[in-house]
Amino acid sequence: MEFMIPDFRPAMPELFMAAMIVLILLVTTFIKDKRRSVVFWLCQFTLLASIYLLFQVDQEYRAVDTHVLLGLTFSGMYVIDSFGSLLKGFVCLAVAVTLQYGRVYMAERKLDSPEYYLMVLCCALGMMILISASHFVTMYLGLELMSLSLYGLVAINRDNIGSTEAGMKYFVLGALASGLLLYGMSMLYGATGSMQIHQIARTLYEHGAQDVVVIFGLVFVLVGVAFKLGVVPFHMWVPDVYQGAPTAVTVLISSAPKLAAFAMAFRVLVNGLFDLVEQWQQMLMLLAAASIILGNLAAIAQSNIKRMLAYSGISHMGFVLLGLLSGYIRERGLEVDAINAYSSALFYSIAYLMMTLASFGMVILLSRNGFEAENIEDFKGLNQRSPWFAGMMMIVMFSMAGIPFFIGFFAKLSVLQAVVMAGYFKLAVLAVVMSVIGAFYYLRVVKVMYFDESSDPMPLKATLGFKAVLSINILAIAFFGLRSNDLMQICALALRF
Amino acid sequence: MDFTYILFLLFGTIMTIASICVITARNPVYAALFLVLAFFNASGIWMLLHAEFLAIALVLVYVGAVMVLFLFVVMMLDINIDRLRQGFWSYLPLGLAVAAIMVFEMAAVVSGKYFGLEAMPQPETAAGISNTKSLAWLLFTDYVYPFEIASFVLLVAMLAAVVLTLRHRKGNKALDPKVQIEVKREDRVRVVTMANERHD
Repeated sequence: MEFMIPDFRPAMPELFMAAMIVLILLVTTFIKDKRRSVVFWLCQFTLLASIYLLFQVDQEYRAVDTHVLLGLTFSGMYVIDSFGSLLKGFVCLAVAVTLQYGRVYMAERKLDSPEYYLMVLCCALGMMILISASHFVTMYLGLELMSLSLYGLVAINRDNIGSTEAGMKYFVLGALASGLLLYGMSMLYGATGSMQIHQIARTLYEHGAQDVVVIFGLVFVLVGVAFKLGVVPFHMWVPDVYQGAPTAVTVLISSAPKLAAFAMAFRVLVNGLFDLVEQWQQMLMLLAAASIILGNLAAIAQSNIKRMLAYSGISHMGFVLLGLLSGYIRERGLEVDAINAYSSALFYSIAYLMMTLASFGMVILLSRNGFEAENIEDFKGLNQRSPWFAGMMMIVMFSMAGIPFFIGFFAKLSVLQAVVMAGYFKLAVLAVVMSVIGAFYYLRVVKVMYFDESSDPMPLKATLGFKAVLSINILAIAFFGLRSNDLMQICALALRF
Repeated sequence: MDFTYILFLLFGTIMTIASICVITARNPVYAALFLVLAFFNASGIWMLLHAEFLAIALVLVYVGAVMVLFLFVVMMLDINIDRLRQGFWSYLPLGLAVAAIMVFEMAAVVSGKYFGLEAMPQPETAAGISNTKSLAWLLFTDYVYPFEIASFVLLVAMLAAVVLTLRHRKGNKALDPKVQIEVKREDRVRVVTMANERHD
């Protein structure tokens, strides 16, 4: 039996983060309660240093061979490519922003135990592992690491019934989805004899993919992925969990894990099961159409802003799937248009990441100890209380509704372009009509902010750091709206085959 | 008829009888012990198939950990056996139907085109390499990355368990020795000066 020591360099960011988690765990035992901020800053340092390492590693592997950006290590279980590096960078950034948003919120509610920070870091580690997994075992373990931390985080406010109920619901449904995913993976393993994504792709290409077992496996894997993305009809947990979890945790659930789930969908469907594209394209079409319809219609009826944003998130995920499914054009096969479709889906998920971070950041901004700004009514007259942040919230809502010239508009535009290019006009029309209907509930928030009288005389209270990060976050939405080509270019480059 | 075949018959018979006894035993403790017996014989059959790691894992995990826990629970709960037996005959048809479906499904999988004996032949085992050793080899070479991730999954489980359940109880009556020692006379005794009172 021969064994080559694997190349550890590509996994530097993950290994660094894992080492830091253990280190922080040790440090926290020696820290007095008053000096909690040490843990916070250590976490921020870890996340930012991971981004730096990601950049370094990516540069190094780009320099080695400019054409082949795909490298496998750890016996084919870990893949390094620019797609993964880009997503991992955004995940780390999003988690860092999340920690900043949640810092005072959690401290005021006495939830900022060191375990909170450690679980957030473990979640980030899980997402990074999931994003660069090219083997079902690593994929599943990364997914579980991410989900288990999230279950714990949702229920962290254990004296609150809503929080524990949400945690329980999320846990039970998540376990069910994991079971389905594993079942599908075992079927694919049984049919192809491998759990390595590229190996599976090769086997399917050589032996044909019209096997019943393979299609069964595809269905179950897709259900698992759809659950993690939170698309209809696997969306039941989304509103309840968003509402029940402490808002600082809701920011986390709604942002970075969606990117990780998108990466997983891309790796399984496009990299692994591309020979089944005609099957999964139709399934994704159903999921996407149902999500866009139900997400937008149900959001209208919500008076709770966290639930409203949950439903809007469901419809946004529908758009991401639209981009993902347009990559295959029946007559022509894989071409430049296909890459545009995938990069539009990638662009959309990054745009959604920015918007969801900002919108839940605003919800945290309006909350204070003993008061949760959970209802749309709580935004009444925000313009009188703080014209700056009312304007900021308006940018977020306009961007989510897809009004030019914010990033959300260009994200929707590029996805719709890809859908039309693939020849699904009806789907594109449906998406546009539903977006227009959806604009109602985003604009209602704007109306409430500017034209209603404020019922809450308290001035907004937040630390300077919070206000600065939130403002930068929202200005980025406006900035990348104007410079959308640059971000689009980055996405397209990351997906070069 | 070679020796392993006789062993297989022996293990199989005892396992079947033990399994039937699990269902029919009146006392839940006996039922749990019969289940242990069934597990032991199942691990014997694994051993005959040269899957000694599975055999050991079955004994260690199921007999050693799961069944002991199970016995604890059974012994701690005060189970009314007569009430458990109520409705046995009325539930029997449903139970039989479920059992028939399960048998059918197993037969469909095993005899089917995809996972039948023809499609999944018994792998060739090289002489001199044990099952356990090759598993360990794989675990610490090819699968070392997932193996390490699994340790982090366990770490998160531990963290979450601590966060969700550890409470510093209010109203705890335990005494702090440090506080006890530091008590001064002034804390406990109050000297009151009073005017003399005369009782006539």
